[in-house]
Amino acid sequence: MAMTASDRARKNRALQKFIAKRYQRRKIVNGLAYLAIGIATLTALVPLFSVSEFILRKGLPGLNWDFFTGLPQPVGEPGSGMANSIVGTAILVLLGSLIGLPWGIAIGIYLAEYGRGRAAGIVRFSVDMLSSVPSIIVGLFVYTAIVVPMKQFSAFSGGVALGILMIPTIARSSEELLKLVPQHIREAGLALGLPRWKVVLQIVLRGSMSGIITAVILAIARVAGETAPLLFTAFNNRFWHDGLGQPISSLPVQIYTYAISPYDEWHRQAWAAALVLVVFVFAVNLGARTIFRNKTKGSHV
Amino acid sequence: MSEVILETKKLVAGFGDLDAVKGIDLRFEKNSVTAIIGPSGCGKSTYIRCLNRLHEEVPGAYSSGEVLLNGENIQGLRVDPVAIRRRIGMVFQKPNPFPSLSIFDNVCVGLKLSGVRKSSVLKEVVETSLRAAALWDEVKDKLDAPGVSLSGGQQQRLCIARTLAVEPTVLLMDEPTSALDPISTAKIEELVTDLKKRVTIVIVTHNMQQAARISDRTAFFLLGDLIEFDDTSRLFTAPKQEQTERYITGRFG
Ligand SMILES: Nc1ncnc2c1ncn2[C@@H]1O[C@H](COP(=O)(O)OP(=O)(O)OP(=O)(O)O)[C@@H](O)[C@H]1O
Ligand SMILES: [Mg+2]
Repeated sequence: MAMTASDRARKNRALQKFIAKRYQRRKIVNGLAYLAIGIATLTALVPLFSVSEFILRKGLPGLNWDFFTGLPQPVGEPGSGMANSIVGTAILVLLGSLIGLPWGIAIGIYLAEYGRGRAAGIVRFSVDMLSSVPSIIVGLFVYTAIVVPMKQFSAFSGGVALGILMIPTIARSSEELLKLVPQHIREAGLALGLPRWKVVLQIVLRGSMSGIITAVILAIARVAGETAPLLFTAFNNRFWHDGLGQPISSLPVQIYTYAISPYDEWHRQAWAAALVLVVFVFAVNLGARTIFRNKTKGSHV
Repeated sequence: MSEVILETKKLVAGFGDLDAVKGIDLRFEKNSVTAIIGPSGCGKSTYIRCLNRLHEEVPGAYSSGEVLLNGENIQGLRVDPVAIRRRIGMVFQKPNPFPSLSIFDNVCVGLKLSGVRKSSVLKEVVETSLRAAALWDEVKDKLDAPGVSLSGGQQQRLCIARTLAVEPTVLLMDEPTSALDPISTAKIEELVTDLKKRVTIVIVTHNMQQAARISDRTAFFLLGDLIEFDDTSRLFTAPKQEQTERYITGRFG
């Protein structure tokens, strides 16, 4: 039986109505999904903002010129500050980088360029394990390995602890970045009659330098706030640093020391230090990400 | 017959347990252009990559047989592949200038990383190599621009210049024009004919007109075997093997 023209038209209209209804429904579901995602995002942001707001509110009153230039003073005396802790953190982070950077990059190069089969698997697994070891355990390890034999808390041991903590991040991110460099670039270098290590260091690594620098900066930002591993390595110092063999002050440990003290004035300074640390980490993160975004645009075509 | 500079004897190569090249004997004469043609997957790239020992860089790759450069076997653990690759340069299918380097550095990176530091020497090499690759006039005012900022055809000529800068005696080209437009292709074909005076060229191509235009001799590969090897004019006009004829007339399959 053939369908007449009016039959067909009727069917068509019905279909269109059905589609329109479905479309309405989809629009509503879509709207609900957006709403849910929006709420979830907001909830995730709430802790971040409240922590920032809290630190800002508590920290600002303690910030003044003396805070950046003075040394810790007994309670009640004027001119108390954390200059030594700020410089100490800088020294510790620098020491940590000197250790963590070459080590981490070397592991990254091994994993990306040379490591094959079982051995590489074991190394990769160990690095991942290391990155999930609580930082206090790393501190304990350095304590037994360096502090005990030297019979002395020291800036050196604190730097080693931070360096060890930096290794996994740097190793894995440089591995990933090196793997982004296409294989044909390596072959082009080899085909020129260059030895493999030169191709890796001078061509592949150089091409990923901006990314690796970003990874290093992020690793620095991460360890700058570490407290636990410094408690029994670098320890603390009320005075200016006195060589790598002596205890050294750092912002996180100083915050800890002041925070558990009974004095209001010290509490205020601890908050100020927390604010400085957070701003530093935040600025470094932001800076590194901006550099990375600009540098990766358009390279490696 | 003129002097044979490069030769393979019973060259077998493959990956894992797949033989991609199944015992190929070929001779390349000095200052000649030899084209290798054949359907996709017949082992042309694998073969040509054995000639400069790049094949062994692929995980799981193996090869056996002999590759003779000036009569000396260059296969085996006792020969340093780095030294071989200096004498046998390679240009790839996809232009692959080093992304982090300028045009200038792309050309002289081979020399620079081998310890040549004198800037007058480097400058001269860059100019002669770019001239030899017919690129000098187009880039002489922007040598500091990144190599990857050039067009595809220019990038490929940059890669040729980079290879020429280390003065190889043999130049391997694996489908050097397959990613390029007709004009760039014509430039590179012209270049090949020109370069023949200084180097011996082995070129893999899917373009039979190209093989006919620029090569002196042609080898036809099929499934890892050498089916026919002859003067280009003879191979394309009077092939001896039926398979060759079917392939060059496009009736393969
Ligand atoms: N890296 C690799 N690992 C495993 N097998 C490979 C690899 N490269 C190539 N092969 C295989 O070796 C055989 C020959 O490949 P080859 O690249 O030499 O062919 P070709 O003649 O160059 O082809 P085309 O014309 O498409 O470039 C193919 O069967 C291919 O699947
Ligand atoms: Mg190929």
